[in-house]
This record gives sequence, C-alpha cells and structure tokens, in this order.
Amino acid sequence: MLELINVTKTFHKGSIDEKIALNQLNFTLRDGEFVTVIGSNGAGKSTMQNAICGSWLPDSGKILLDGTDITLLPEHRRAKYLGRVYQDPMMGTAANMQIEENLALAARRGKKKSLLPLIRKGEREQYVKLLSRLGLGLENRLSAKVGTLSGGQRQALTLLMATMQHPNLLLLDEHTAALDPKTAAKVMELTESLVHENNISTLMITHNMKDAIRYGDRLIMLHAGKIILDVSGEEKKNLTVPDLLAKFSEAAGEEFAGDKAILS
Amino acid sequence: MLNYLSALPGAVAQGLIWGLMGLGVFITYKVLDIADLTVDGTLCTGAAVFSVAMIAGVNPWISLILAILSGLAAGALTGVFHICLGIPAILAGILTQMIPWSVNLKILGKPNVSISFRTYPVLLSLSNPPRAILVGVLFAAGVIAMLYWFFGTELGASVRATGSNPVMCRAQGINTNMTKILGLSLSNGIVALSGALLCQYQGFTDINMGRGAVVTGLAAVVIGSAIVNKLSLNFAVKLAGVFFGAILYFLVYQTVIFIGLDSDLLKMLSALVVTVFLGTPYVKKELSKAGSIRKGGNSRA
Repeated sequence: MLELINVTKTFHKGSIDEKIALNQLNFTLRDGEFVTVIGSNGAGKSTMQNAICGSWLPDSGKILLDGTDITLLPEHRRAKYLGRVYQDPMMGTAANMQIEENLALAARRGKKKSLLPLIRKGEREQYVKLLSRLGLGLENRLSAKVGTLSGGQRQALTLLMATMQHPNLLLLDEHTAALDPKTAAKVMELTESLVHENNISTLMITHNMKDAIRYGDRLIMLHAGKIILDVSGEEKKNLTVPDLLAKFSEAAGEEFAGDKAILS
Repeated sequence: MLNYLSALPGAVAQGLIWGLMGLGVFITYKVLDIADLTVDGTLCTGAAVFSVAMIAGVNPWISLILAILSGLAAGALTGVFHICLGIPAILAGILTQMIPWSVNLKILGKPNVSISFRTYPVLLSLSNPPRAILVGVLFAAGVIAMLYWFFGTELGASVRATGSNPVMCRAQGINTNMTKILGLSLSNGIVALSGALLCQYQGFTDINMGRGAVVTGLAAVVIGSAIVNKLSLNFAVKLAGVFFGAILYFLVYQTVIFIGLDSDLLKMLSALVVTVFLGTPYVKKELSKAGSIRKGGNSRA
C-alpha cells in the first residue's frame, strides 16, 4: 500500500519560473489496486511518480510504502519495491547489453551485486518462458543486444523486467505514448494481463482518456498538483471522455489543456 | 633497414605494455562512457611507486601490487571528486592528474629515477625484447582474462549497465555512484600496472612520462576497435583488440621514425590519428544523412 501525505514540491523556487508541481498532495493506493492518472500538461502527474521513485526529495510531506517511510530513501534503494516503465522506450533497458543480461539485472533488482556470474544455470530457460509470452519472438534472441530491438519490443521487455520480481508497486509513466497505435494497444494488453495475473498494485499515468477509463479500478485526475477527481467502481466504468472533460472544467475552472489526450 | 627491423620487437613489446594502458582507457571511455584524464597521472604514479619500492629492495611482484594499489586509489579519488563534489568527470580527471604530479615528485624525490636492469631484478627490459614480449603477453592475457571474468559477474555487469543506461540502473537498484567509482578505480589500477611495466622496460621513471598518455591509450582503443569490431562482438576479442591497436600504433610509430620524420611532430601526429578515428563515424553518419535527403527518400516529417 502506498500513501502520499501532504507531499509538496516546488521547482525553481524563488525565481520567475517558480512552479508548484505538487501542492499538499494526499493520496492512498490500496493493495492490489490499479489506478490510472490523468491530468492536463503540467498537472503534476510525472512529478508525483518521480516523488515516489525518489528522483529528488519533496519539499515537505511523507511517502509511505507498505507502512515504511521511504521519503528520504535514495532512488536505488527504493528500486527494491518499485517496478518502473518510462515514456521513452529507450530509458528502461540497457541498449549495449544483451536481452538476457537486461533480464538478469532485473531479476536481481534491489539485491546486492555479487562476484558470481550474472547469468547462472537454469536462468535462461526461465527467461525463454517469460519472453515467449510476449509473442514477439524475443525468446529466440536472448543474446541479441537490446539496442537492436524496436521501441515496442523494448517497452514490452521493460514491462517484463519491471514485473518479474513482483514489485510492491508498478509505476507506468505514459508508457505507450511514444508507440504507434497498434503497438501501444499490444503493450497495453500485455500490461493489463501482467498486472492482473500477478495482482500488482499499479499507478499508471496516461495521456489517453479512453485508456484511463477502460483500464484499472480507479481513476484520479490531477490539476495544479492536487487531485481534483477520484472515481472508482461502477462510477468509473460508466465514465465517458466528455464526462471527464466536463468534470475537469467544473473542478479546475478552465478548459483541459492537452490535445493529445482529447484527440486520441 | 636492419636497424628498422631490429627495432620492431621493441615496438611490439611497447605495444603490449601500452595496451594495458589502453585497457584502462577502454574501461572508462567505452564501458563507463566517461572521459577520464586521471590516467596521465596514474601511469607515472604506478611507475614511481614501483621504482621507489624496488630501489628500497622490495620484491618486484610486491612492488607491482603496490603500484596497482596506488592506481586504484587515484581512480577512486577521481570518482569521489566526480560523484560527491559534482565536478564533471573530465575536470575531475584533470584535477586528479595534477595531484599525482606533485605526489609522484614526492615519491620519486627527484624528476628522474633510474632502475636499470643491471642493478635491479626487473621483470622486463628493452635490453631483452623477446623476454619483454613474453612478459607483456602474459600480463595482457592475465588482465584480459580477469576483466572478461569481472564484467561477466553481477557486479561487473552493473558497471557495464551504468555506462549504457544510468537511469535504468537506478531503477534496477544499482548504486551508479558506487559503480562509477569502482570502474574508475579499476581502470586506473590497470594503468598504474602499465606504468610499472613501462618504467622497467625503459629502465627509468620520469615525472613527465604520463604526459599525453591518454592519447596513446585512446589510439590503442580506437584503432583496436576498428580492427576487431568487424571480426567478432565477443567481449574478450574487443579487449584483445586494444592490444592489437597498441602494437599497430607502435609499429607505425617506429616506421615513421625510420622514414625520418621530425620526432617533434610525433605527438601531433598521434593526436591527429586519434582525431581521424574518433571523427570518422560522425562524419560518415552526417554524410549518409545528407545523401539520403538528396535522394529524396526517408524524409520524416
């Protein structure tokens, strides 16, 4: 379970570019919940995830994960609990390394790195099994450099790497935004099946309102660093994109800014 | 001509010794993706520590270990400057290049110390090129084997991953500060070993012996990768390629000297060779881009 308590983050404090990215944000994600996050440009969606990951420290507030205070924990030490997939398909994998090496590093997420061989007996069989479910033929290319894969393939691989060690929380930051529609749909399908099968608590930022409605058990909308809409259950299932836009202007007092979200 | 031919075994031996230096550069430049200039200082530090230890009567093998340790420490210091003080790697390297210069002078006590094979039990010397080549090959093989093993371990793979994608590393729980310090340290340890062998080979340690060494190391790396990259992508082959690069470099060097080129120009020539090798891939890419636009294809709106 994840808890954000009064988390505030201001960028460029004291300059004319000062921007309050998170404003006393309070949010609780229950165990096993799949929450989708939408919001206009600059609403604080990515900032919220970066706060959870520890890319920087918040100005104030607390972040609890399964009851442990992780507010001050360095990024690489939180990794034990978190699976991450980025918007940029290049970010989640090491291009110069082989597919199996990337998987092996992910299999050791948050563990101490020893002087034993990276890939040990029996591991390859396990990776073949994991990869074959992607249906991309990667199971036959274990020793190929990840840099030779397409964006969609890399994103699918990143997803696998993020979930294979059963994270306490899976963080998806617009992870299909950089893919073509067909590949995006495939990666989304894969996301849903991996999340459900393994019952992983998930926080998914998306630019796509339809996806935000279709996937997950709960939807939150961010605006100016605060949650302005929080729906779940039947209410969420019955939402439509016009509903969301109406609710946005009602709550925020302005039009939704983000063409991509409305048009797609 | 006979003179020239008799100089070739020496060039091979020098190539093997400098190849070790090249491996150090390979680790930072190719694996970690950091341009580390500390190596100019550590080459001499390794030589200084070795010569002083040997003159004090320490066993050559133990002197060698002391030299390696001094290099490991210098590399770690660059890492700490870079990581903890946020100084860009290239500047941190320049700083830790200056520090050894003073330290080296203090270690040596004077700018030039002789460790002639006539007086000291050195492992190799230019007076005996076949033996120098043999020793060089053994060290090369040993260090290649060690690096091949290390970069295949969990820890070594983390260092490689740090050079490839630090963001991904942190998401996988790898402390990239630690892996960078480790890589820099390892690199400079090997460079110090190279310095310790070099001073034995030439029979003296000079305070300026490391000046511009990084260029020679880079030359070995870029020439080496140009030779072997088409043959195989195996990591051990890539490491061995650095030695081929270094040997070729010194063979060409000897040839140029034999032809009678002004030796004052040699450093410039080395730098130009490295420039050509480093710049070629970029220029090629730009040219092919321009080519495809002219053909009218592949335009991405």
